[in-house]
Amino acid sequence: MRSHLAEAQQAASTDLTTALEVHDMTVAYRRKPVLWDIDLTVPEGQLVGIVGPNGAGKSTLIKAILGLVPLASGKVEIYGKPYRAQRRIVGYVPQRETVDWDFPVTAIDVVQMGTYGRLGWFRRPGHREREFARQCLDQVELADFADRQIRQLSGGQQQRVFLARALAQDAKVYFMDEPFAGVDAATEAAILRMLQNLRSAGKTVFVVHHDLQTTEEYFDWVILLNMRLLACGPMESTFTTQNLQRTYGGRLTILDQAAEAVRRRSPE
Amino acid sequence: MLGASLLGAAAGFVGTFAVLRRRALVGDMLSHASLPGIAAAYMLWQTRDLLTLSVGALVAGLLGVGCVAIIARWTRTSEDAALGIVLSTFFGLGVVLLTVLQANPEGDKAGLDSFLFGEIASLRSRDLWVIITMAGGLLVFVLAMYKELQLLSFDSGFAAAQGWPTFWLDFIVLGAVAVVTVIGLPICGVILMAAMLITPAAAARFWTNRLGALLAISSVVGALAGIIGCLLAAPGVVEHIGLGKTAADTPVGLPPGPLIVLAGGGLLLLSMLVAPQRGLVARILSHRRLQRKVARDHLLRAIYELSPAPEADRPWIDFERLGRYGDWQGATLTAQTARTQREGLIELRGSQLRFTPRGFEQASHLVRAHRLWEMYVVEGWDRSPDDVHHDADALEHLLPPEVVQHLEQALRAEGRLPAEAAGDVPRSPHVIDPQQTIEETPE
Repeated sequence: MRSHLAEAQQAASTDLTTALEVHDMTVAYRRKPVLWDIDLTVPEGQLVGIVGPNGAGKSTLIKAILGLVPLASGKVEIYGKPYRAQRRIVGYVPQRETVDWDFPVTAIDVVQMGTYGRLGWFRRPGHREREFARQCLDQVELADFADRQIRQLSGGQQQRVFLARALAQDAKVYFMDEPFAGVDAATEAAILRMLQNLRSAGKTVFVVHHDLQTTEEYFDWVILLNMRLLACGPMESTFTTQNLQRTYGGRLTILDQAAEAVRRRSPE
Repeated sequence: MLGASLLGAAAGFVGTFAVLRRRALVGDMLSHASLPGIAAAYMLWQTRDLLTLSVGALVAGLLGVGCVAIIARWTRTSEDAALGIVLSTFFGLGVVLLTVLQANPEGDKAGLDSFLFGEIASLRSRDLWVIITMAGGLLVFVLAMYKELQLLSFDSGFAAAQGWPTFWLDFIVLGAVAVVTVIGLPICGVILMAAMLITPAAAARFWTNRLGALLAISSVVGALAGIIGCLLAAPGVVEHIGLGKTAADTPVGLPPGPLIVLAGGGLLLLSMLVAPQRGLVARILSHRRLQRKVARDHLLRAIYELSPAPEADRPWIDFERLGRYGDWQGATLTAQTARTQREGLIELRGSQLRFTPRGFEQASHLVRAHRLWEMYVVEGWDRSPDDVHHDADALEHLLPPEVVQHLEQALRAEGRLPAEAAGDVPRSPHVIDPQQTIEETPE
């Protein structure tokens, strides 16, 4: 099965440039592995959904690729080079809850932060950066909210500010951690439009996604993850009932067994 | 005093980032942990030169930070607990060393205990220069790193992904905090120095939503606190304003540290009270304004609903019926009508009242928003018409015009709203209590 999968991946990616390649990646938190032996290859120009149950290590996968958590082993390549050398072409959207939204900055200030990577040490963002940030805000349909303090934005608008900041990074590969979590319908639609624009521009976008209902509709390519890689490939051939069962089923079985054990121990 | 105000400014500046990065307590730890360093430096070099003692303080402070990091990283102790442990242990050690020094007659003369609460009189001009240079240098340095520090304190994960060395940036913030703390020690003392880092930033947060302004205001607050504290600490001032009398015949100066901190606290309190938007007074006022608007809106709507054909004429309505309809006490009603009359929305005649043209217009807008909302909810959410009145009651005061317009469009699109001219008031979807409305309903 595994070799078969690898062959399928190989076949799918030979005619396309490879955007992301992960080899034998293992990640551990305090010596407890949370991701085992991940191997995957994704061609450019795809919208990639990263799907799996809670605690499957979806966010960790992204963070490990971006070098935010150390790898216990393995390596990551973006367009054939290690992440360190490719930072300028990688954009990142962290989970919304990771920052303090009471922070004294406006929406446009946050978006402008996307340009800091290009600016380098000590150089101040100037008119050009401001203007570019404004365009990015416009792309997520928030141009009118540029000077709002971020606290005064709704949850969905905050999420879109984060996306605009990633756009301001002007990258080729994007990693987004649960951008669809807890947003209103208008934001969901806006994000989807933005993703499709990115794809038309030839970008590759990885999105941690929690809603199986919409996965098939939103993405071209899917990574099924549950502490190890269950499948990675084009939506049609990969997003199968069988694969989903293997992704979500393992945990269920364990839970069933645990429940059974508890049941047997408790008195009649 | 110059030293104190500059110190205040620098502390306010650097403290802003420390607070935003949630490192406020590290300053406290640093200053307490520096005490044994001061004592040790004195023991080693037998001088009370500020620069020498500062080096000792800095080393001890950073040693303390290192200890916290090690404890938090390698044991199960959490970081805040580690901070507490290191802070108290180092401080205890410092007090022991000081006591030993003071038991020795030479050490007694050094007056190192002034480091506990600070003392301006002990500053020499060379010391002052040290403070001025360091404070100025820090201001320039932090300004140069503005972009990096802003990014780090807002979203360190994103900063790291972008390739910024977040560990070293954090270290720089920490270093800046350490330097401010150390130069502040002779003025504020080890115990209270942390307040100088935190209070100005906290006070400034009430005044602005912008980081640049926050930094500026925070430094001004810090400088003001420094100046006020020093003024109060000067010999004789406290006696002069009658706050107390010292036993000695000659007036005695108070330690400036506590006074500077108190001044900072006072400024914080002031900010809490009077700052626009975030301040307490401003919030109470805006709450009152809203309450008044709600009361007035209810009155206008009641008058409207009691008028049989409000569009045609503006009939006179009895106070008594209005009171019964809205369930208002006599006094409340009198006060409210008087206020509304002053606003020129209604006119009074004996025991009756009616709209002015302007009042009528405003009331129509209001009733319109109320009823559109009711219709929308009844339609869209499938709720009973009698239920929705309450929601609409609360919402009509808040619905901005563009939302009302959206409501109207939505209802028109669904064919719920007859093709009336824009601005017409639709009929209420629920019954307006017939017991209390006028008997002579239009035929």
